[in-house]
Amino acid sequence: MRRWTVLGLAMCIALAGFLGVGHAQAPRVIRIGVVVSATGPAAALGIPVRNAFLLYEELFRDAIPGYRIQYIILDDATNPTLAVQNARKLIAEDRVVLIAGSTVSVSALAMVDVTGEAGVPQMAMGATQNIVHPVDEKRRWVFLLPQTAASAIQAVTLDMRLRGIRTVGYIGFNDVWGEEWWTSLSRAAPNLGIRVVANERYARADTSVTGQVLRLLAARPEAVLIGASGTPAVLPQRTLRERGYRGIIYHTHAIGDPDVLRVGGKDLEGALLPVGPVVVADQLPDNHPSKRPALEHKRIYESRYGPGSVSQFGAHVHDFWLIVRPALERALRRVSSDNLPAFRAALRDEIEATRNLPGAHGVFTYSPIDHLGHRFEYSNVFVQVQGGKLKLLRTFLPRQ
Amino acid sequence: MDATILGLLIADGITSGVIYGLLAITIVLVFTVTRVLFVPMGELLMYAPLTYALLVDHKLPGSVWLGAAFLAAWGVLDLLRGARRAPLLLFGGAGALLGAGIWAASTGSPILAWAMAVGVVVLMGVATYRVFFEPIPHASVLAYLILSLGLHFVLQGLGLVFFGPEQYRLPPLLPGEVQLGSVPLPKQNFAVYALALAWVLALYGFFSRSLYGKALLACAINRRGARLTGISTREAGRVAFTLASLISALGGMLLAPLTNAAYFMGFIPSLKGFVAAVLGGLVSYPLAAVGALLVGTLEAFSAFYASAYKEALVFAFLLPILFVQSLRTLEIGGGEE
Repeated sequence: MRRWTVLGLAMCIALAGFLGVGHAQAPRVIRIGVVVSATGPAAALGIPVRNAFLLYEELFRDAIPGYRIQYIILDDATNPTLAVQNARKLIAEDRVVLIAGSTVSVSALAMVDVTGEAGVPQMAMGATQNIVHPVDEKRRWVFLLPQTAASAIQAVTLDMRLRGIRTVGYIGFNDVWGEEWWTSLSRAAPNLGIRVVANERYARADTSVTGQVLRLLAARPEAVLIGASGTPAVLPQRTLRERGYRGIIYHTHAIGDPDVLRVGGKDLEGALLPVGPVVVADQLPDNHPSKRPALEHKRIYESRYGPGSVSQFGAHVHDFWLIVRPALERALRRVSSDNLPAFRAALRDEIEATRNLPGAHGVFTYSPIDHLGHRFEYSNVFVQVQGGKLKLLRTFLPRQ
Repeated sequence: MDATILGLLIADGITSGVIYGLLAITIVLVFTVTRVLFVPMGELLMYAPLTYALLVDHKLPGSVWLGAAFLAAWGVLDLLRGARRAPLLLFGGAGALLGAGIWAASTGSPILAWAMAVGVVVLMGVATYRVFFEPIPHASVLAYLILSLGLHFVLQGLGLVFFGPEQYRLPPLLPGEVQLGSVPLPKQNFAVYALALAWVLALYGFFSRSLYGKALLACAINRRGARLTGISTREAGRVAFTLASLISALGGMLLAPLTNAAYFMGFIPSLKGFVAAVLGGLVSYPLAAVGALLVGTLEAFSAFYASAYKEALVFAFLLPILFVQSLRTLEIGGGEE
């Protein structure tokens, strides 16, 4: 009795296998590697990116006829060493045509050596300029998706000048992010006649910033810039308000997500920050080139992860898909995907050939000397926290 | 620097110091009784407010499942040892914990969530001892340390899964501020100070005056000797872990309104609590508390003068003290049996 059951089961499985193979021509698989920091200190940035990739794979895996696009998503735990290992594994074992990631600057930068050496295009999601600039033998293979801190700081300093602010104090993370904002601020401010009067640092996990804030207050700045990201950015703002600071407080674009607004509550009220256009997709003027792609991403992402879940970070995946899909199609017309090195090189050329492509975070135009792709006017808008929501204050669109 | 800034810095130092102090006394407590340097204490401290935050938001946090799983694992271990009644009680307890969690999440009542958060953390603490440390009673201090470091990584990783990457803020129990001279202090601070002071005095009295406390201490100094005189070392360990996780849970609940809570915020305070505990020779509660205040104050002042080098300065100041301590520290738990 038992033996018959087993035999029957085996026959069923075999039959199903035959039918499966014989039924249709199996699509050829195109593998794309993804490295994100989904755990560790920068998990807040990596998790929405991972979620978006999972969703986009599900929705668009068959978007190119005859091919099946498969994402292999690896976590680097906010650790550059692990990011490099992941990149090597994706290139050598999984034979991917392209790598997206990582979501943190240091990790993305560490991966450049590997992808550049192996000749695999990389779409980096860290926000520092030195990942792709200057374009050299290795960086030829790397393209940036997010706007850089330097471009966001330009938005901040422009706003400062419009408000007639002359002195500014700085408090930021004691890591790459805080340093990048400090460097950008101290470089940009003097040209606009703004004096930077204080430079303080704190750690993500700190439970108090009273010492730093007292020092800031002693310098009496008209405005304070907080170079932090995620919910830990709330602490300095709250302490400043508790100590009676009445001036203007600026933040980076790394706090424009719902969690920060929830934790910040009324402490964050009135804060000013630059964000990518996607964050305020509904409020964008109709002539903003990012309005349509931004709304589209918002619709796709929120249909799966709930209303209000869309953020700065997940939208990079939308731009990734907008850039990579046509590049893949063009490359496939030129080279067979079986010839991996040639196909990777063709894909790189086609990504570099992207011109005037409106995405959720601005308009992308890469060139052999520019792998940043963004133009300041399209990639940044300025918002204020009002009633626990982000309210669009101004765009930087060129006058027509 | 004027008097107001000085006052604010000192107040800030004391508040941070009290956090480290609470962790330091739990570390001393657990170490003196079981010779375990329990690094994940900081995670337990964070689990309590995070559990509360999710429960009042009508969500069932993963920590409740984890607590139930630990209890069930405890039951299985007892079953393997041939016990009859205890496993049934433990399995029942695991079920009851889950049920209580679902109930608390569905009502979203703050009082229920408070009790639930503290309860889950205490059960988790004592079950950690039963499941991971009790089965290896004769291991070296180093083996225990490695095990507890491993647990730290596991609990921190699970914390991310359970509570997400962002911070939560709890409403204060005592809203409002008190003006001390020119220094405004949140009333909540005093609740934390009172709790810490009460625990330090209670533990000091318990271990130096009461017979039960001395029995617990005996387990650390000489396990075999303690057992020969009729002290159960297993029970002693469980009592120590229960007390320590209760201190952590209550501390976490009182601190979260002042500092926010997140899964990744437990380790550094835990480390500083450990340093403070070493300043107290890993045996003395009052000295550990004083050490913690010293660490906190040093931190506040170095944050004011050179914030970029804060941690480096704090640990650099402490190195010479730790060096001297290491020369004259008691050989507790060093010699095996």
